[in-house]
Amino acid sequence: MSGSVLRADAVRKSFNGTEVLKGIDLEVVEGEVVCLIGASGSGKSTLLRCLNLLEQVDDGDIWLGDAEITDPRVDVDAIRRRIGIVFQAYNLFPHKSVLDNIVLAPVKAGGRSRAEAAATAHELLARVGLEDRAGAYPDALSGGQQQRVALVRAIAMRPEVLLLDEITSALDPMLVGEVLDVIRDLRSDGMTIVMATHEMAFAREVADRIVFMADGRIEESGPPEQLFTAPRSPRTAEFLARHRS
Amino acid sequence: MTPSARQLERERYRRRRTLTRGAVAAVSTIVVIGLLVYLVGTSPGWDRVHRTYFWWPDAKAAFPDVARSFWLNIRLFMVVEVFVLVVGIVIAIVRVIPAPALAPVKLIAILYADVFRGTPTLLIVLLVGFGLPALNLTGMPTSLFWLGAIALTLSYGAYVAEVIRAGILSIHPTQWASGRALGLTYGQTMRHIVLPQALRRVAPPLLNDFVSLQKDTALLSTIGLVESLRAAQVISGHDFTFTAYVVAAVFFIAATIPLARFTDYLTVRSLRRENGIVT
Ligand SMILES: Nc1ncnc2c1ncn2[C@@H]1O[C@H](COP(=O)(O)OP(=O)(O)OP(=O)(O)O)[C@@H](O)[C@H]1O
Ligand SMILES: [Mg+2]
Repeated sequence: MSGSVLRADAVRKSFNGTEVLKGIDLEVVEGEVVCLIGASGSGKSTLLRCLNLLEQVDDGDIWLGDAEITDPRVDVDAIRRRIGIVFQAYNLFPHKSVLDNIVLAPVKAGGRSRAEAAATAHELLARVGLEDRAGAYPDALSGGQQQRVALVRAIAMRPEVLLLDEITSALDPMLVGEVLDVIRDLRSDGMTIVMATHEMAFAREVADRIVFMADGRIEESGPPEQLFTAPRSPRTAEFLARHRS
Repeated sequence: MTPSARQLERERYRRRRTLTRGAVAAVSTIVVIGLLVYLVGTSPGWDRVHRTYFWWPDAKAAFPDVARSFWLNIRLFMVVEVFVLVVGIVIAIVRVIPAPALAPVKLIAILYADVFRGTPTLLIVLLVGFGLPALNLTGMPTSLFWLGAIALTLSYGAYVAEVIRAGILSIHPTQWASGRALGLTYGQTMRHIVLPQALRRVAPPLLNDFVSLQKDTALLSTIGLVESLRAAQVISGHDFTFTAYVVAAVFFIAATIPLARFTDYLTVRSLRRENGIVT
């Protein structure tokens, strides 16, 4: 563990006059896995979208490494290439095969040769157990397989940090495990990950740090054991109690 | 909550950038247009072009006749647009319904689409306009207006049917499944769930076909309807200038602009409603 990979300083964001992020401070260091938890509407997705510049912040700074990426002078596309993101659903391009989904960005945006990108893609597909589905189209895959391909597609760009927004919550419980296995695997490779999730048990197992969000603020953050067993804030305790049942 | 100094600086920078970009756009537009006007105005042939196509006295003289006859174009395309929409929807639905009993009807629909999409509209206009009355069928309209409307409907109905069919097929199968799963019949699912989404999705190409249809009402001059093109032709036959044609062209252009803006409006509205995108 060393330097800071991604950092938010006093980040604020409103939609139509409603403040959704009310000053978020968050620092993620290399190789760290941070899980964002919190009630629906607490701002987890909005924070992730701000971190990757899909939303423009209203105030505050976001730093990727030692570059301030909220500076309007930055090349947004170049920044996004360094950050991977996977959403809850509809990640894959339905008109392209699994392989083409994966190699598109490395070839078009990353300047790699198609052969090299394809070789990487096959290697990564094998790691998630989908080596035989490279030619398939997304609609022919199960939801879990689609999410595994989406993860592969994101890491094929060799991002410095991976943002995951509830990537298992649209899945059948039977399929959640296979996607979480991939995340475990990425973690042991040292990938830096920020993920919003409702899978408390998994968060507890895999996270280095849990960040509990409520009403657009970070209510509490800490190592999973401490936060789950001895939350300092009553709101955290209440939220966890509701999610244990 | 007062914004941080950094945020204020960012906003200043963005404002400045917007201004700079606006200024660049304005200056380059003015330069290009100025250059074009200058080049055209000083070219040796401009005087003749001006007298032949853009002669104001001729335009004023032609205006009343062309305007009066353009009313016929408007009536024609209003009527035909309604017919075309009905024909298009019916043919499209017949082609996608999976009922085996409808096989012969489907075959006719396919044949219709293939034949009338493949035949030049002018040819259909001539065949219907001169051919149908010659048959002396009872009940067949003999007014040129209705013959013209039939010809254009046949031709454009085939195009529009294909556009709508493509729209229906582009709706995700889960939409069908959800509708049927709720206990709606095939027809209800089509009517309330699939067709509204399909029509919204294909509205831009559909309106594109309507723009084309509006212009093609001019083809009906060939069977003797005195619409605006014909009126302009008569006028320019007297004085051997083409300004009357330009006047007619302006009418056609003016008539397509509301459709173009309406298409833009529909597109923006559905983006805003369904994807929360504000433009
Ligand atoms: N594009 C938008 N326009 C307007 N309001 C928005 C937009 N995106 C999010 N919001 C609002 O911001 C708030 C936070 O939403 P966000 O999606 O970040 O919550 P979340 O913590 O990810 O919730 P969930 O657990 O349900 O995914 C919500 O009240 C939501 O309605
Ligand atoms: Mg969310």
